[in-house]
Amino acid sequence: MNSVLFYFFSVLAVASGVLMVTRRNIVHSAVFLITALLATAGIFLQLQAEFLFVVQIILYVGGIMVLFVFVIMLVNLDVSLHLMQFNRQKFVASILAFVLAAQVFVAFWLGRNSLSVQPARLMEPKNTEAVGQALFQRYMLPFEIASILLLVAMIGAVVMAKRRV
Amino acid sequence: MNHLIPPSIQPYVFSVLYGIVIVALLPLLAGYIVLVERKVMADMQARLGPMRVGPHGLLQPIADALKLLIKEDIVPEKADRFLFWWAPVLSVTMALLAYAAIPFGPVFQIADLNVGLLFILAISSMGIYGIVLGGWASNSHYSLLGALRSAAQLVSYETAAGLGLVSALMLAGSLSMKEIVQAQYDQGVWFAFVVPVGFFIYFVGSIAETNRAPFDLPEAESELVAGYMTEYSGFRWALYFLGEYANMVVVGSIATTLFLGGWLRPFARNHDLLWGTSIELLDIVPALLFLGVAAYSFWTARRQPVQIQKLVMVAVGALCVVLAAVMTAALFASPAVMQGIHGAFWFLAKVFGYIYVFLWVRFTFPRYRFDQLMRLGWHFLIPLALVNVIVVGVTIVLQQNWEWRHPMLAAVATTVIMLGVAAFLAQEEKQHQESMPAAER
Repeated sequence: MNSVLFYFFSVLAVASGVLMVTRRNIVHSAVFLITALLATAGIFLQLQAEFLFVVQIILYVGGIMVLFVFVIMLVNLDVSLHLMQFNRQKFVASILAFVLAAQVFVAFWLGRNSLSVQPARLMEPKNTEAVGQALFQRYMLPFEIASILLLVAMIGAVVMAKRRV
Repeated sequence: MNHLIPPSIQPYVFSVLYGIVIVALLPLLAGYIVLVERKVMADMQARLGPMRVGPHGLLQPIADALKLLIKEDIVPEKADRFLFWWAPVLSVTMALLAYAAIPFGPVFQIADLNVGLLFILAISSMGIYGIVLGGWASNSHYSLLGALRSAAQLVSYETAAGLGLVSALMLAGSLSMKEIVQAQYDQGVWFAFVVPVGFFIYFVGSIAETNRAPFDLPEAESELVAGYMTEYSGFRWALYFLGEYANMVVVGSIATTLFLGGWLRPFARNHDLLWGTSIELLDIVPALLFLGVAAYSFWTARRQPVQIQKLVMVAVGALCVVLAAVMTAALFASPAVMQGIHGAFWFLAKVFGYIYVFLWVRFTFPRYRFDQLMRLGWHFLIPLALVNVIVVGVTIVLQQNWEWRHPMLAAVATTVIMLGVAAFLAQEEKQHQESMPAAER
């Protein structure tokens, strides 16, 4: 059952990823990106990381992608439909892709002994509590640094977008 | 009954059963909420509302559904057919999916997820795609404008509503819907009384999220024809409508669970018994309510003008008597059955009360202009919600450390502080408007 679910979600994610790149219409691309994100969320759920599953949906699907779609709809689609979609350097691209794939394969092959396969287990205390404790106790400093970085970026965006504050 | 079912499928049987019941009953429920809406509107405008189909229009929803089913399904010529077909389906699916984690009673719940609340929020935030994609796919300016307004509005108000929920979550200390209700029982008070400001913020946010007046700009009929639904007709249009009303029930359920004590009856910790029996005094209230409605139906049945209407009115009365009998019979059944039935009654009663306030607000307030809507969200609700979260957090810590036990004391303290903050924000807003040049106002 578990592996069936895993393969279902993986195939869904990869297929919608491919469809996303090859569609001419950007709104269709956005829809397939959403399906890919949802399929990834499904894999999180299958690994019993239900907090990550929910956060993935709320943040990426419910937040970021809504803004993406919002912006795409304001763009004039007719122009983009007639643009050349792909660069014509197929030869270089395929070599690069092959090298990258070989690199990943070698990394996995060399680490095959250290990467042990463990069945996913339910966290105790519960998932959400575990994430909270890790963030606010063990990794307090990195968490705060990240949040200050985000705050700075946000203030920067507001200042740039609005000249008269 | 459990021994009849093979153990391998046992965990799924009741979930599937509940799922089927909800999916089957919800369209009917949505239809009747529409009828209630029309009736309440008529009452507030000193009219009668639907009266012709059935006594007092009681069969109107069924006639409407039939009409919508057999209407022609028109697709605009230059529409994006794929998205145009699927957008309404998406809207309804996401609204229905959210019911998976809603506890209608201690027993009647499809799945008790330990991230239940987040799950519901995530699913209902995906419902926006039904509106946005449908509006875009129609290839019409009105639809697109409605979709864009909807996206902007939802993103803004989701933040405020979510922060409003956080204040209740901090009191409950759990994301599981069941445990949130249990926490309200243990603390002996509904969270709406402890964090009234959080409840208010969620209430406003939930009106905006369901696109209802005074925040119904995505479908403002005086400006955008019908917003994102302009090009839809027949059954697809009905699906959008179903999605909207299903969403109203979802936000009502969230508010009921977090702020209004879920399936707990009022005064849940008062265990006074009926004289000489083992039945709790307050548990006979539902049966008495149904009997009252039944008596009223029988009384008005005589005054109906047509024979068939008299019969239907009597049937309604009989239904209420049966429900009263069920409520009474539940008192003598095992505690689990009794809690299940009465819990569902109280839960639905609270949800309908919440929806009634929605209708009330709709017919009371004029529609906001779009910039006013955005300013209300970003300049007023979100700062208020942020301060509210901080104040409630500090209060909880104070309670834990200083033995400051009485919950209502905390409620009073937070309310006073929040009123001060709200007044400050309103003042700030006023000055901001006055300092703006006339052209930008």
